[in-house]
Amino acid sequence: MTRSNLILLALVVGIAALPMVGGSYALRLGTIACMYGILALSWNVVGGLAGYPSFATAAFFGFGAYTAGVLLGKGVPLVVSVPAAGVASFVLACLLGAALLRLRGHYFAIASLSLIEVFRELVNNATDLTGGGMGLNIPLTSTAGVMADATFFFYVMWGLLVGTALMVVVVAGSKLGFGLACIRQNETAANMIGLNTTLYKSVAFGLSAGFVGAAGGVYAAWVHYIDPSDVFDILYSVKPIVMALIGGLGSPLGVLIGAFVYLGLEEVVWRNYIQIHSGVLGILIVVLLLFLPHGLMSLRSQLLAWRPKRV
Amino acid sequence: MSEILQLHSISRNFSGLKALRDVSLGISKGEVLGLIGPNGAGKTTLVNVVTGVTPASSGTVMFLGQDITRVKTYQSARLGLSRTFQVVQPFAEFSALDNVAAAALFSQPGESIKSAREEARAHLAFVGLEAQSDQPAATLTLAMRKRLELAKALAMKPKLLFLDEVNAGLNSAEVERATRLIHQLAENGITIVMIEHLMKVVLNVCTRIAVLHNGQLIADGAPRDVIKNPAVVEAYLGQQYAQRAGARG
Repeated sequence: MTRSNLILLALVVGIAALPMVGGSYALRLGTIACMYGILALSWNVVGGLAGYPSFATAAFFGFGAYTAGVLLGKGVPLVVSVPAAGVASFVLACLLGAALLRLRGHYFAIASLSLIEVFRELVNNATDLTGGGMGLNIPLTSTAGVMADATFFFYVMWGLLVGTALMVVVVAGSKLGFGLACIRQNETAANMIGLNTTLYKSVAFGLSAGFVGAAGGVYAAWVHYIDPSDVFDILYSVKPIVMALIGGLGSPLGVLIGAFVYLGLEEVVWRNYIQIHSGVLGILIVVLLLFLPHGLMSLRSQLLAWRPKRV
Repeated sequence: MSEILQLHSISRNFSGLKALRDVSLGISKGEVLGLIGPNGAGKTTLVNVVTGVTPASSGTVMFLGQDITRVKTYQSARLGLSRTFQVVQPFAEFSALDNVAAAALFSQPGESIKSAREEARAHLAFVGLEAQSDQPAATLTLAMRKRLELAKALAMKPKLLFLDEVNAGLNSAEVERATRLIHQLAENGITIVMIEHLMKVVLNVCTRIAVLHNGQLIADGAPRDVIKNPAVVEAYLGQQYAQRAGARG
């Protein structure tokens, strides 16, 4: 295991201590931080490792949220509904991936973007099952009280982040990760050396959707009410990409740090510039990317370069 | 000798353009076949048809008694067909070692990344790139990248190897080195089909020559006969070459 992967896992474990220091605000922020971490790390599998710029994160987030929401509404317990949402997202993404991943570059980006619209319309029209545009109320899972509830969902989301981080570390060191790196660099040559590129890309797309779907499921149970325009929000697709770019594309540690930095920026800007917060956040992101095109992770090597070199 | 590859009346169209017309060709085990012809004759298309990159529009391809006409590229690679590209296709960010390891890892069943890297070292040593094994492929010179392509193709343990202009863009010392490597491979018993424009190399290495012109096979036979064939002289070699060859031979 590489050092950056160890730091990644240490960082994830460190977050678990958050409930001991903060109140309900810290818990809410921590839950969102874990959720953003899951989305960004998942996106990195298909976007960073395989080099396919997917905008489908929101589609599978919403799909997972509705899968879990509908199941919870039917009285299925949380421990079943959330994994079910994850597995359903994984399978669906593998199948869709086999078709969509024939497209490359911009074409793939647009096709994955259209998934969000397709799913949203399906949910809007399946009124009997999902409540359509009226949204879906999800029954409370526990009656222990507000703080206990918040702590519970923080740990559920955190557990999912641990799972995602482990998945990313395992994938990066495996034959799958090696193959995805080949595909990113030269897909023609990858095919020529006997690599089943369609299979590898589909599995990568499935893995990146599975944990996102599960996170959507936890989100639905956490907020107790979802509607199509909330969970199929395109920002759920764009944010993970921005986080990965801020942190450093391809590096799991960089992506996770990017997610936390992005959340920090979002919170600070939102508090101080309530009227124009989107604008200020946008400018900050543009400035960051202009001056740090390879993300925050590139700072590390620059800092190392300052030290005297051993001969 | 048994035929390792058989092409039965292969045609390939790119909409209106007939890149290959009714090509039939058999390649025997252990042969070194030179595939020559003018630019645009369909030489690379023929390789693409066999390796499944652009499947044939009609006709059949048999490899070791198995119909591989519609087989996908990655599957034909696992069967023991490997090739080098005219325009080299390295994994640019990977080290030379990982480039070759990738070829071993994905074409052979039961390989791990570790065992693939070990094998890769041997192949890099064979092509003389052991000193560059940790260097990213993007930083290698063209001659080194061509040899890297060769090492990748060898890591796939090919039964039939296509060499698509491995000597294009190399200087004469580098050509000589590459030619020696090809000789060694042929001695090791790998069947080779080489697309080549340098007649000196073709005559030096090949046991048989096939000539493509406008997608049709116009000659096929022993090198000395083919270069005297009037149709080949007309289409590709030119009168001057024929006269010089005649004066020498």
